[in-house]
Amino acid sequence: MRQVTASGQTVEDAVQSAMEQLNTEKDHVDIEVIDEGRKGILGLFGSKPAIVKVTLRKNPILEAEKYLRTICQQMEVDVDIEVEQQENRVTFHLSSEKVALLIGKRGQTLNALQYLVHLMINRSAKVFYVVVLDAEGYRKRRKETLEILAFRMSERAKRIKRKVKLEPMPAFERKIIHTALQEDKDVETMSDGKEPYRHIIIKPI
Amino acid sequence: MKTLIETIVTPLVDYPEDISVTRSEEERKIVYHLTVNDKDVGKVIGKNGRVAKAIRTIIYASKTDTNNKRIYLDIM
Repeated sequence: MRQVTASGQTVEDAVQSAMEQLNTEKDHVDIEVIDEGRKGILGLFGSKPAIVKVTLRKNPILEAEKYLRTICQQMEVDVDIEVEQQENRVTFHLSSEKVALLIGKRGQTLNALQYLVHLMINRSAKVFYVVVLDAEGYRKRRKETLEILAFRMSERAKRIKRKVKLEPMPAFERKIIHTALQEDKDVETMSDGKEPYRHIIIKPI
Repeated sequence: MKTLIETIVTPLVDYPEDISVTRSEEERKIVYHLTVNDKDVGKVIGKNGRVAKAIRTIIYASKTDTNNKRIYLDIM
């Protein structure tokens, strides 16, 4: 961790000088004011400089990438990680020969890793990040599978004229199904049950 | 496996120095016992055990030093 103490005529000046020394911007640091300083009479007598302590904060995304890499390494999986950031949405693309191990049955291992990375990244960060872990296009493939499932199950609900219950899924997967069936005026979708058993119900109208 | 559990837990707690993982191997299963500072217990268990469940999912997926035995993770 890098840290500097800087002084200046005002707090802003001191912070500015610290930023230049650390070669960074305000978003990446924690600022602690040690002395607010005093102007003094006519700026001549009894003036005291402002003193601030500025600490360079660790980059949460880099830390998260390191966290993921270490976990995979200890699971004895060689992995390549590519990071993509769009505003507060961070996507980690994993690729590996043993990618199936990282995905798990219906993505459960991938989802567990995603949740843990989400927790650690948002613990240290000041902004809220949405974390997505993807492994060799798994999320896209899963989305297609879920859409096909949604259409098939809605047809079934219409045919038997009864509610159809799907198996429990995490929130972002349920959303895919809700969205897929939004346009269909003959069925309604809702979620029922408590996490982690929350599941979709497709109801014919 | 011990280091894997420590790696997963360390960034989630306030007192990383108090994490300890012990391993006991029985005939059919291996039990890892995780203890953390009293104040951090909630953080490694999570709402409805969500964090604990995520940690378990990952260690079950990892097949290192298990001799094909069932793995258990005890917290506290």
